[in-house]
Amino acid sequence: MPQQQQATTDVLVLGGGPAGAWAAWSAASQGAKVILADKGYLGTSGATAPGGTTLLVIPPVAELREQAVQDRLKAGGYLSENAWIHRVLDQVEQNLQLVEEWGYPFPKDEDGRPLRTHLHGPEYMKIMRRVVRKAGVRIWDQSPALELLHDQHGVGGARGINRLTGESWEVKANAVIMATGGCAFLSKGLGCNVLTGEGLLMSAEAGAELSGMEFTRQYAPSFADGTVTRGRMLAWATLYDAAGRPLHRGDRTFGSIPELMLKGPVYASLDLADTKEKQEFLRNAHPIFFMPLERAGINPFKDKFLLTLRYEGTMRGTGGLRLTGPGCETSVPGLYAAGDAASREKVTGAISGGGAYNASWAICSGSWAGRSAARLALQQPHPAERRMLRAAGRYGMPAGAGTARTLDAKPLIAAVQQEILPLRINYFRSEPVVAAALQRLNRLMPELGGQVPATVQGIVQSREAAAMLNVGRWIYTAALARKESRGLQRLAEYPALDPHQTHRLILSGVNTIGIRTESVPHAHELRIPGEERAI
Amino acid sequence: MIELVSQDRCIGCRLCVKVCPTNVFAMEGKLAVIARQEDCQTCFMCEAYCPVDALYVAPQADKSANPDEQELIESGRLGSWRKEIGWNPGAEDTMAERDTTPFFEVFTEAYRGKQQEIGK
Repeated sequence: MPQQQQATTDVLVLGGGPAGAWAAWSAASQGAKVILADKGYLGTSGATAPGGTTLLVIPPVAELREQAVQDRLKAGGYLSENAWIHRVLDQVEQNLQLVEEWGYPFPKDEDGRPLRTHLHGPEYMKIMRRVVRKAGVRIWDQSPALELLHDQHGVGGARGINRLTGESWEVKANAVIMATGGCAFLSKGLGCNVLTGEGLLMSAEAGAELSGMEFTRQYAPSFADGTVTRGRMLAWATLYDAAGRPLHRGDRTFGSIPELMLKGPVYASLDLADTKEKQEFLRNAHPIFFMPLERAGINPFKDKFLLTLRYEGTMRGTGGLRLTGPGCETSVPGLYAAGDAASREKVTGAISGGGAYNASWAICSGSWAGRSAARLALQQPHPAERRMLRAAGRYGMPAGAGTARTLDAKPLIAAVQQEILPLRINYFRSEPVVAAALQRLNRLMPELGGQVPATVQGIVQSREAAAMLNVGRWIYTAALARKESRGLQRLAEYPALDPHQTHRLILSGVNTIGIRTESVPHAHELRIPGEERAI
Repeated sequence: MIELVSQDRCIGCRLCVKVCPTNVFAMEGKLAVIARQEDCQTCFMCEAYCPVDALYVAPQADKSANPDEQELIESGRLGSWRKEIGWNPGAEDTMAERDTTPFFEVFTEAYRGKQQEIGK
């Protein structure tokens, strides 16, 4: 790829979902020059924009907050950190105040106090785009990053491609914030096909560690033909079998759907919303859930519609880049992580951060990463433009090519999906089945040494294939290493929580994956006998 | 999946090309076309941003629905998502403004009644 667009900046943000937007705004507010490059478009990209998100907000009442923190600690298998949850609760309140000042119309209660519990995605992200631009950030849309630049001082920029012009770009930056989201393996959950894991791969190639990759057993129910994954709506549903017999009513956690699906197709009807008032409430709260069903000619309050489960990977799972400090630093100097690209174990522990936790986390981690990256960038003793930076990308890139064969991304992606998406491998995890899938994924690695087609799609999709293959390998490597069941991790052979494994699993490396444990501050609180079965 | 760029309505503003998160559109001459339908993630964002309601995303993610443009216009579906978000010119309010509902879980607890077990 010839270099066609070059720039130098203080902070480079990769990713234009909520975490990237907050990171860019926050860094620019500290006086840093910021470029934000997104694979898609800041405003439409990512899991939040098309639908919306529920927020984690708890009034600043000490007992309420302490209760929430303690509940989470227990539910998350004692892998969360109380201090971090408190930080999120404090920070998100300030940021949502700003969102309201910027024009978001939060509803108010009878006393006129704003109810900041939910954000509609299109409006929220439109506001964020405007605010980020106003802060002076240069936004590069349709500009996926492909690899990081680094030297002995750490990360110092990135290279990518503009999908519309085909031009390559290179940005040298004193600090880089990875806000590329999780990896959902092109499973077509709403807004999630942008999330293919390149951020994790490029960070790992530059030496960054990952954490919590085993906590990735999350599937979301969706109308079978469609994409909208709003599991919370099923709190108002009866689930039926093919003969129309009711199976379940009002399941808030929808945890039993995979088991029900083993026996046959599962249908849902929101028939618990049996009055006009209730139906209107639901319709207004989540229009994105209803519109596709209505377009398909289905009345979800009366008709029974077939469900499917869409895999949510590390997105509504928990794993990602390991954070090493309060400023969302990663294990590589100059590289920060925010949102779903970062491990969310500090606030969610071993369970899903789906919905409220992840949304508030994106806002807060973005703000912290932006602030600390800006501070580092503005005091940088080795300015990026004077460093001898090398490109770190290898897998699915021309630099890693080792055979004359062409790298054909689509069949490779299908082969990865075949190992990652099926419930029987990834949800009902057992040692021999996961180990065999991991072996098959390992055998796909030489494919990444093929010649990358010299087209925009060829270049971008080769890298997406490489990222999904390796995220899959990290997931199964971690799943086999945690020989217990805790939160989102289950192994059939180890159905109980093992108090001796109250630690994090840290992975590093791509071709050869290293693994170690890291202690957590609240492990000693997991003492009560019998409690493990409740988690 | 994206099923329609109305050639009658498209004004060639390129906005769909610019905002599509999965790079599905391209320009062909002065008009936008669906260049990579298989990459569409059925997120409906292009419809929300199209200033002339020229786009239609069918709810089916995998199978092609082949809708008829005239039928979409008559049923009011062409442009209906932008209208629902409240981004059409002359909109009285937006989706966010209309959502004056209290916290979802609180409402659910108050109005749905207790979860009922089946077959036990």
